[in-house]
Amino acid sequence: MKDYSISIQPFGERAILIEWPKEVSESILRDILTFRDSFNKLRQPGWEMSIAYNSITLVNNQEDVDFEEVEKQILDCYVSKNAGQLKEQRFLWHIPVCYEAEFGIDLKDVAKELKLSPEELIGLHTSHEYLVYGIGFLPGFMYLGGLPKTLEIPRRKEPRLAVAKGAVGLAGKQTGIYPQDSPGGWNIIGNCPIPIFDSSKEKPCFVNVGDKIQFYQISKAAYDLHKIEAEVGIFKLEKTPLDA
Amino acid sequence: MLKVLKSGFFLSVQDLGRLGHRHVGVPISGVLDTIAVKRANKMLENDPSDSVLEITMTGPTLLFEADTYICLAGAQMSATLNNKPIENYQVIKVSKGDILSYGRLENGFRNYLAVKGGFRTSEVLGSRSQYFPITPSKCIADGEEIPFDEIKAFDPSLTEVKMKKYFETGTLEVHKGPEFSILTDRQLGEVFSKTFTVSKANNRMAYQLSELIEGHKHSMLTSGTLPGTVQFTPAGRLIILMKDGQTTGGYPRILQLSEESICVLAQKKFGDFLSFKLL
Repeated sequence: MKDYSISIQPFGERAILIEWPKEVSESILRDILTFRDSFNKLRQPGWEMSIAYNSITLVNNQEDVDFEEVEKQILDCYVSKNAGQLKEQRFLWHIPVCYEAEFGIDLKDVAKELKLSPEELIGLHTSHEYLVYGIGFLPGFMYLGGLPKTLEIPRRKEPRLAVAKGAVGLAGKQTGIYPQDSPGGWNIIGNCPIPIFDSSKEKPCFVNVGDKIQFYQISKAAYDLHKIEAEVGIFKLEKTPLDA
Repeated sequence: MLKVLKSGFFLSVQDLGRLGHRHVGVPISGVLDTIAVKRANKMLENDPSDSVLEITMTGPTLLFEADTYICLAGAQMSATLNNKPIENYQVIKVSKGDILSYGRLENGFRNYLAVKGGFRTSEVLGSRSQYFPITPSKCIADGEEIPFDEIKAFDPSLTEVKMKKYFETGTLEVHKGPEFSILTDRQLGEVFSKTFTVSKANNRMAYQLSELIEGHKHSMLTSGTLPGTVQFTPAGRLIILMKDGQTTGGYPRILQLSEESICVLAQKKFGDFLSFKLL
């Protein structure tokens, strides 16, 4: 695996921004994850990082950062990272979505605008795997890449003041799940009964950056059942190991 | 318990924040003015991460149901204990039945009430900082009771300090942000010569500034943001993220406030004047 040209710059007094080429690409994300694994081994407590598309923001919550010293560590890590070998197991998560009108409030309009039948739209949405390029904006909100061109549709002209937790939406090149009730401008095509983020759990978000998501269609009856199963903690999401 | 007879404008339990969950999109949260709180906790000989009450603009009325020691910090809000005025940065003994209340906002915007040993609300993901929906509520309501440990005796090594004035300034000291270089000469001139005012849209998530500068058409991939990040919208608005701010964003990050300037901003309210100075 080749090395990319990365840029490292201070970001205020307590953070460092590492940037890869400005592209949305799975091989760049893999390189970022490999670097993360190698840097995590060296890391002192107090550091945390967030990954989004082509960047890592490395933050020290406890003290000001000695930029030159950490920059050197970063470069050493980047050069010596075990090319292509990810330490953390990645998964493809199979996520249930109910596309019925009660939840998919924009589904009919979106299908019409994309010149598809609702069934074709659901078929397309559920037949692709989406790569998690980042988690941010809201706790557990995934930036997903890999939406087919035929499902690209602009955001709604006026955002809604309230979008329901679990709502599955389309906007531009993106699809995603609202992890909590929130204002939002995406076109809503369904709802997922399983919470993406649960702050009562030790690992509150089951998904990691680098994982993939595939949606599958469920009925309203299955939605209601899964919702209860999730609440009492007996619903197990199906996952398939990647890179196997 | 501390009984909240009246909660005031916005009252919440905060500590130094929720660490270690940024990678799944959880804001750090925690007290906005760490300078004030670190000092108050130090005077009570608390752990720096002990939780305090963050009191915004209009203060609460609070009934102590056990003996303890307190220290107020930050904004001056005409606080009284049983109707007798009390000052910030003093260790004060309170007894069961005492009532702490607040009056007129004299300066600043956020006062902090620290108690010996900290408030003992439940931790969620390693922090007591209230942030909805990570915690069940975003602030404290009238009638709620906030637990703390009874302390009968404490002999502080310092009972009073003179605090340097740090938030009277309207100048925010900033570093260049990651997208600083997209600013044109005209935009640079505006950013560093204009006096801005705090808009009504200001809270624990972000402070928006009222005045616009010339806009831009720069589009970028979503990337990390921090408390103190100054975002620049295409319409030319400047938005300064605070502790409850999102962990990633898609607007250019033109400036980054110094840690001290985040505390200064935390003490600003609607209509206050601000300017930027590059460090």
